[in-house]
Amino acid sequence: MSILIDKNTKILVQGLTGKTGTFHTEQALAYFGTKMVAGIHPKKGGETWTAGEGAGEAAGTELPIFASVAEAKKATKANASVIYVPPAGAGAAIIEAIEAKIPLIICITEGIPVMDMVEVKAKLDKSKSRLVGPNCPGVMTPDECKIGIMPGNIFKKGSVGILSRSGTLTYEAVFQTTNEGLGQSSAVGIGGDPVKGSEFIDMLDLFLDDPETESIIMIGEIGGSAEEDACEWLKEQAAKGRSKPMVGFIAGRTAPPGRTMGHAGAVISGGKGGAEDKIKAMEDAGIRVSPSPAKLGETLVAVLKG
Amino acid sequence: MNIHEYQAKRLLHSYGAPIAGGVAIYSAEQAEEWAKKMPGPLYVVKSQIHAGGRGKGKFKELGDDAAGGVRLARSVEEVVQNVKEMLGNTLVTKQTGPEGKQVNRLYIEDGADIDRELYLSILIDRTVGRPAFVVSTEGGMDIEAVAEETPEKIFTLPIDPIKGMTDADSRKLNRALKLTKDAAKDGMELFPILYKAFTEKDMSLLEVNPLIVMKDGRLRVLDAKVSFDGNALFRHDDIMALRDLSEEDEKEIEASKHDLAYVALDGNIGCMVNGAGLAMATMDIIKQYGEEPANFLDVGGGATTEKVTAAFKIITADPKVKGILVNIFGGIMKCDVIAEGVVKAVKDVGLKVPLVVRLEGTNVEKGKQIINDSDVDVIAADDLDDAAQKIVKAIKG
Repeated sequence: MSILIDKNTKILVQGLTGKTGTFHTEQALAYFGTKMVAGIHPKKGGETWTAGEGAGEAAGTELPIFASVAEAKKATKANASVIYVPPAGAGAAIIEAIEAKIPLIICITEGIPVMDMVEVKAKLDKSKSRLVGPNCPGVMTPDECKIGIMPGNIFKKGSVGILSRSGTLTYEAVFQTTNEGLGQSSAVGIGGDPVKGSEFIDMLDLFLDDPETESIIMIGEIGGSAEEDACEWLKEQAAKGRSKPMVGFIAGRTAPPGRTMGHAGAVISGGKGGAEDKIKAMEDAGIRVSPSPAKLGETLVAVLKG
Repeated sequence: MNIHEYQAKRLLHSYGAPIAGGVAIYSAEQAEEWAKKMPGPLYVVKSQIHAGGRGKGKFKELGDDAAGGVRLARSVEEVVQNVKEMLGNTLVTKQTGPEGKQVNRLYIEDGADIDRELYLSILIDRTVGRPAFVVSTEGGMDIEAVAEETPEKIFTLPIDPIKGMTDADSRKLNRALKLTKDAAKDGMELFPILYKAFTEKDMSLLEVNPLIVMKDGRLRVLDAKVSFDGNALFRHDDIMALRDLSEEDEKEIEASKHDLAYVALDGNIGCMVNGAGLAMATMDIIKQYGEEPANFLDVGGGATTEKVTAAFKIITADPKVKGILVNIFGGIMKCDVIAEGVVKAVKDVGLKVPLVVRLEGTNVEKGKQIINDSDVDVIAADDLDDAAQKIVKAIKG
């Protein structure tokens, strides 16, 4: 088991023909034969994309290109779509996937205007689709399926569920749990934008349900109140007897208020969204907060030993 | 991106919002020329800097007894006298930091007969992913203090982006602000105007503090602060034209040319990191070992050698920097690209301070090889913890 994706997930690529889409689709094909099934390009429907040497043993794999997501879904029975479309068109690309009733949409694109995401969110709320991202590294289930841009070589199949707002801190957590021999059930980056598809709670819910996930690392950062909301929710779940050992980390303890720290969502404003409140919320919810981003794995091992 | 008050007011006025007559000036001569054309008898002279708290702010050069950054004048002579005192001097407010900001332009505005001062802002409410109005009857003051002390006096109204702003929404705002008669009629017009400006121009914040009810019972936008979503500027050339580079840090301007996320800070360890979360965590860990970061810098996912070189040059150009920490966990970003960029930058501009490099992830072996093969003097680190300890030790000599 795992969350969101496994070896049977069939994936479309919106933005396959660009440089980024091509590079990461080749990487995905090379990763345990992740089932990439088609690409989308409004003007290149009917053409074929061929994987280059980046795909390793899968080089030469041909994927059909369809003019629309709906057509591609009908022809391939795809149940997920990954989006590498540039920021100006990415909002529309997500909406196209929602309208085509794709169950799982993962948007990697960074820099989408917030108002575009406001429109996406309104449409998403009325649909049955699940969106991860945007501005995220994607989702990985080790040895089965790689959607997005995470480096496959640092993963190891195992028992830790990893969940983060930050891409590179996801890698830190993965790398450290691999080095500790624990490995991962799945890893999800939910993205650093203020308006996004899935929040911490949505993913925690899946990890708590997943029998293969024995513990969870949750990495937050300054800005907003998603971490605090998630901690409140975890307390309610624990009261119902639903909990797993957890380690947490919050980035941005030293960030000055009012300045956006790279991620559009990472800003302390109006006295809210500071790191200390989030750390306290985590501790109150029974999450062991790692003193440093370099000690996530070590801290988890200590928690598991009791 | 931020703009000045007078630019924000002109923009809102172009949508039909009621504002006072006024003019932006850069010299005492201009001030005199324009003030003579204004009706009087009350004028307001306002410093135009990208920071709040101007009224209570103090000019560094004038001492504590002098008036602040927003002043009233009752004649053209008084206007000119105030302009001479203010222009070119450095205004320190609670938002500028102790170094303050030089006042290069002033806005002279018709005075208003104020009956009540209200607070209104529109921002993105991230818990629901919608634009939301935040209003309060307690205007003209620090809204954060109001939120802290009397949260019941703040009313928040998220707007359905599909339906847009409705009359029912405007009526709710009227009630929350206790607007009646003419003021309520003005509200029914003004609120949708502000919502339209916010959404059409991709604002991230529109703050009117205060929104006033005048003695004649009408509404007026007395102050306006507007910030824009940097990700949406590509579709607003008109807004880009309002950018005032003198308000921004030179290193941050240079960084934005190369599409680098850079924020100047006060410490002395320069950081180059990929990913915003890791960049923040790197700052945190430097502080944990007793030093301060000189900057936040995220080179991003798809950086080229040129971009990395530019980033490195920006960091080394900062005279505060006594040591550099490069921390890369390659995903999209390939370690060899970072390594090539660093080696090239050192060749171009030299290296006078210790440099610690930690590489991990995609193409890590190739990256390490490039650095080993070069003659750049690098202290290699195994992980983030090791890297932070090594750079802190290195700058302490």
